[in-house]
Amino acid sequence: MTTLPQTTNRKLGLVIDLDVCVGCHACAVACKEWNTGAYGAPLSDMDAYGAEPSGTWLNRVHSYEVKPEDKPAQIVHFPRSCLHCEDAPCVTVCPTGASYKRSEDGIVLVNEDRCMGCGLCAWACPYGAREMDMDAGVMKKCTLCVDRIYNDHIPQEDRVPSCVRTCPANARHFGDFADPDSAVSRMVAERGGYDLMPEQGTRPVNKYLQPRPKVDAMPAGEGCGKHDAHAPATPGGLLGWLDRALAALD
Amino acid sequence: MQEIVTAEPDLDLSPPVSDAVRKTTCYMCACRCGINVHLKTGPDGREIVSYIEGNRDHPTNKGVLCAKGSAGIMQHYSPARLRKPLRRKGPRGSGEFEEISWDEALTLATDWLKPIRETDPKKLAFFTGRDQSQSFTSWWAQAFGTPNYAAHGGFCSVNMAAGGIYTMGGAFWEFGTADWDRTKYFMIFGVAEDHDSNPIKIGLSKLKQRGAKIVGVNPVRTGYNAIADEWVGITPGTDGLFILALIHELLRNGSVDVSYLVRYTNAPWLVIDDPGAPDHGLFARNEDGHPLVLDRRSGEPASSEDNDVRPDLKGEVTLADGRRARPVFEIMAETYLGDDYAPAAVAERCGIEAGTIARLAAEMAYAAFEEEIVLDRPWTDWRGRKHDKMIGRPVSFHAMRGISAHSNGFQTARALHLLQILLGSVETPGGFRFKPPYPKPVEGHPKPHTGHKPNTPLDGPHLGYPLGPDDLQIDEDGTPRRIDKAFSWEAPCSAHGMMHMVIANAAEKDPYGIDVLFLYMANMAWNSSMNTAGTMEMLTRTDENGDYVIPKIIYSDAYSSEMVAFADLILPDTTYLERHDCISLLDRPISEPDAAADAIRWPVVELDRDVRGFQSALIDLGARLGLPGFVEEDGSPRYRDYADYMVRHERRPGVGPLAGWRGDGEAHGRGAPNPNQLNKYIENGGVFTAHIPEEAQLFKPWNKAYQDWAVAIGLFDKPAPYLFSIYSEPLRKFQLAAEGHGKRQPPDKMRARIRQAFTPLPTWYPPFEGELIDKDAYPYHALTQRPAAMYHSWGSQNAWLRQIHGANPLYVPENIARKVGLEDGDWAWVTSHHGRIRVPVHITAASNSKTMWTWNAIGKRKGAWALGKGAPETERGFLLNHLIHELLPPKGDGMRWSNSDPVTGQAAWFDLRVRIEKAEAEEHELAPDTGSQTSPVGTGPKVVAYGKAWKT
Repeated sequence: MTTLPQTTNRKLGLVIDLDVCVGCHACAVACKEWNTGAYGAPLSDMDAYGAEPSGTWLNRVHSYEVKPEDKPAQIVHFPRSCLHCEDAPCVTVCPTGASYKRSEDGIVLVNEDRCMGCGLCAWACPYGAREMDMDAGVMKKCTLCVDRIYNDHIPQEDRVPSCVRTCPANARHFGDFADPDSAVSRMVAERGGYDLMPEQGTRPVNKYLQPRPKVDAMPAGEGCGKHDAHAPATPGGLLGWLDRALAALD
Repeated sequence: MQEIVTAEPDLDLSPPVSDAVRKTTCYMCACRCGINVHLKTGPDGREIVSYIEGNRDHPTNKGVLCAKGSAGIMQHYSPARLRKPLRRKGPRGSGEFEEISWDEALTLATDWLKPIRETDPKKLAFFTGRDQSQSFTSWWAQAFGTPNYAAHGGFCSVNMAAGGIYTMGGAFWEFGTADWDRTKYFMIFGVAEDHDSNPIKIGLSKLKQRGAKIVGVNPVRTGYNAIADEWVGITPGTDGLFILALIHELLRNGSVDVSYLVRYTNAPWLVIDDPGAPDHGLFARNEDGHPLVLDRRSGEPASSEDNDVRPDLKGEVTLADGRRARPVFEIMAETYLGDDYAPAAVAERCGIEAGTIARLAAEMAYAAFEEEIVLDRPWTDWRGRKHDKMIGRPVSFHAMRGISAHSNGFQTARALHLLQILLGSVETPGGFRFKPPYPKPVEGHPKPHTGHKPNTPLDGPHLGYPLGPDDLQIDEDGTPRRIDKAFSWEAPCSAHGMMHMVIANAAEKDPYGIDVLFLYMANMAWNSSMNTAGTMEMLTRTDENGDYVIPKIIYSDAYSSEMVAFADLILPDTTYLERHDCISLLDRPISEPDAAADAIRWPVVELDRDVRGFQSALIDLGARLGLPGFVEEDGSPRYRDYADYMVRHERRPGVGPLAGWRGDGEAHGRGAPNPNQLNKYIENGGVFTAHIPEEAQLFKPWNKAYQDWAVAIGLFDKPAPYLFSIYSEPLRKFQLAAEGHGKRQPPDKMRARIRQAFTPLPTWYPPFEGELIDKDAYPYHALTQRPAAMYHSWGSQNAWLRQIHGANPLYVPENIARKVGLEDGDWAWVTSHHGRIRVPVHITAASNSKTMWTWNAIGKRKGAWALGKGAPETERGFLLNHLIHELLPPKGDGMRWSNSDPVTGQAAWFDLRVRIEKAEAEEHELAPDTGSQTSPVGTGPKVVAYGKAWKT
């Protein structure tokens, strides 16, 4: 088995805000687009135009229909990718040392030169966040765009994972969770960011933000406010009210 | 077990991203975001696209990009791309073609078209689908001289556009948008995803983070509705009734902005009350033609133009000729305060509880009036009146096809605009805001034209906004002059034409036969037609001699779509990364509320196939035909290609397709053509933005500073302030004709429906299909929604997106499923008055209890789009279109009534009524069988491993 670092200097990861995620798949495709051309083997698509198309994706959006007791059913969209766990079982299970967690920033990566494609890590990951690339025969996973976030060729403001850069709803945020003052740490503190399946003991770095409470009923308006607020209730009443409303304009 | 402790490998954390970055405009849908296209040099020395990201400096998307945009690489390299012009070899529909040269192709097209132009130009029907170069394609058609031109608005959302133009001079998306930064209450109707794709997502996110309430009104809780605070699961086709009930409540509670109505709308204008007279219901006017109002101080009629008059909104006045007149507002209040529009009266039909309707109205009123926004921003109105503040009513709306693709959609769209106007929110802080060149009143638009003669350009623009029966395009005997019957009594205000009727009418030679059907970017043999199987039959129908009834079909597409197989001559288009385009202020702009903007596309990668941008091909064809404007005096071509046209063409002196960097490069809006203009666009990221001065940014229709700014940059030639039309006089003129007044009279069979549909105040009537069928036989509604990852993605077949949406089940509400014994994974027969389909089923609870739905345009025909055998799109992807007829159920009067809105002719896709039955276990395959087509481009590769090229 492969060892995890005792500690990491930083804990880089994502905050995913389920309050604003509309399930548009922008993050998933932007991820695929960057990463097929970036770190490691391409993210292949088998039977790409055929009967059973199946490709490698490092980030997928799952949509569920949920039915609250007292409310109408709704669709919940849930983007899922590697959570870069502090106690990453995918790393410790790796028989070759291919899977590892970077001591510098906590990113969990696969060293493809060492990966023999045994798939144990995918089996060990409780989140289903690893995908075997069927063309290259190596395990693929979210790299947090490690080749973007430190990349001198990229403008500073764009040194974020591709999914964060593209999200139209601003539902994805990137930062250092080891720094309590970072924007992501503050967001988690303020909004009660939570761990996915904490009972697994993986101590994920990525956090999810619950939907904010819905604005159920607003206060009811009482007419023009500035004018005369008594409900006219009938056509005649309305026209009487109008007189007063018009007089107020003079 | 041995523990492995390895040194972490050395990573290259700073690899070069690309060898070049070129900024252009996305075309994966109609949103038209700015994109940075990264290119790498491949092993063969050619540049290849390596990464596409949003352009942070672009006004539309501000850096973000949706799933379609990011999948642009796969679209650009799609194996379905056409490679060379094609001439049909096999029968239509077979897909059997031979490749020919461009010279052969354009010679053939010229040989077909020249005799038509020389004898009877209307025998060419040229319709351009989802074209966004309509100011150019329409100019070509006008020069050719055929009256038969339009784009796809008739089957898309013309009700929304026309309802907005007739009411307030603009609508949603290209015309205007919610004030996302200030609005406090937002109601979105009938869209899962929309044209304004990324801006809506950016905006919704702002609202959520500010805690503004979002209400989703949609029979289905898809897309944006997922994050709405409240979902109103309305019954399809009842949106207008719901909105008028909201208006009933607002009026009942006095929750309307009286000051706004008096100043900025025709609410005070006096309407002649003289039943039976030819001007009953028209505005009372003085001898200068100015509408009259009732002056509250004198109690007498006075000119609405007089600054000293204090207009009343109620009361009755006697005009100089002794007749009576009343203000619009009073008539409106009486209409909507009637019991018919009380929440309790509409609740059951809408599928919304009365209490909910009343509460929503009260919430809107609260946001509008108790949470008003006051900006300390002085401004001056068009009459010179100075205002020291801008008062905002922070309630806003968005709607598109969901409410408009009904036979009552025009009046529903009008009702929605009336609701915004009554709240006083349009063009105020926090409300709805126009995007230049809008606002633009209906009178500011052209009128339609059909005057044609051999060898002569048309007598004016094809499309426009009729202001009364005199503007109809019909012969003396009432026969429609256009092949689609636009601007006839069947659809008097069909401002975008009626593309969905072209093939059906041409196949029936009703009102006449045509010789050449010329289509661009419209998959009419598949998802863009109602009655798909029927349309395939019409495209292949032969006469008694065995000749095709539509003799010749020319089609331009970039991909091997279904429509390709049904054409005789294919002009292969480029992808969006290989072409010039202009997203022009003359056309379908991408402006923002605070800025006018236009943009270009330019070839950011070299062509590797023998294809041409359609517009460049059309310029060549125009020159070969010797069309005026396309040739110099000596007959030589005037424009080299579309790029040359974009720079040198002037629509009015100094005003061309592109507004930026004109003249010497410093002039914007107006200026002589600048040969260096495209380079300036490229240097500036492909986009030009002209910011509106702060005092001019709001109250635009009435704001003197805005009007002056708009004239200065060439949007129009003189200030054009106007008032909103709560009461529409043009509509009343059509209604008067139906009541027997005027020279131009509708056929008797149409009088009743014109009286019903052309009310000068917004109205609601039940959708037509539901009234003509047996409701017990077809008790349910069925409709489509568009998924975010495929929205408007006309080249939607690519290796990545098809993994997200490759098949589409029919989503059936739990209660219906229980009733007919359906479970997840079953297949079902769905039957309409017109047809029957067999489809896979998925059960849902997130839907109106009478409404089943599916995703639009996922299904494909076997052999199309370079898909392999057994592709899910062909096995489990289906079109609801087969159930939707382009005609209404027969009424027994011998008429072919279009299944369209009677005002605008918009295709009533969402009026569909169905029943559903479980299919037997052995029947688990799609019906109808639409056959297959031979692919002229083969099928795509088994494995795609994109990026390998530059990694090895």
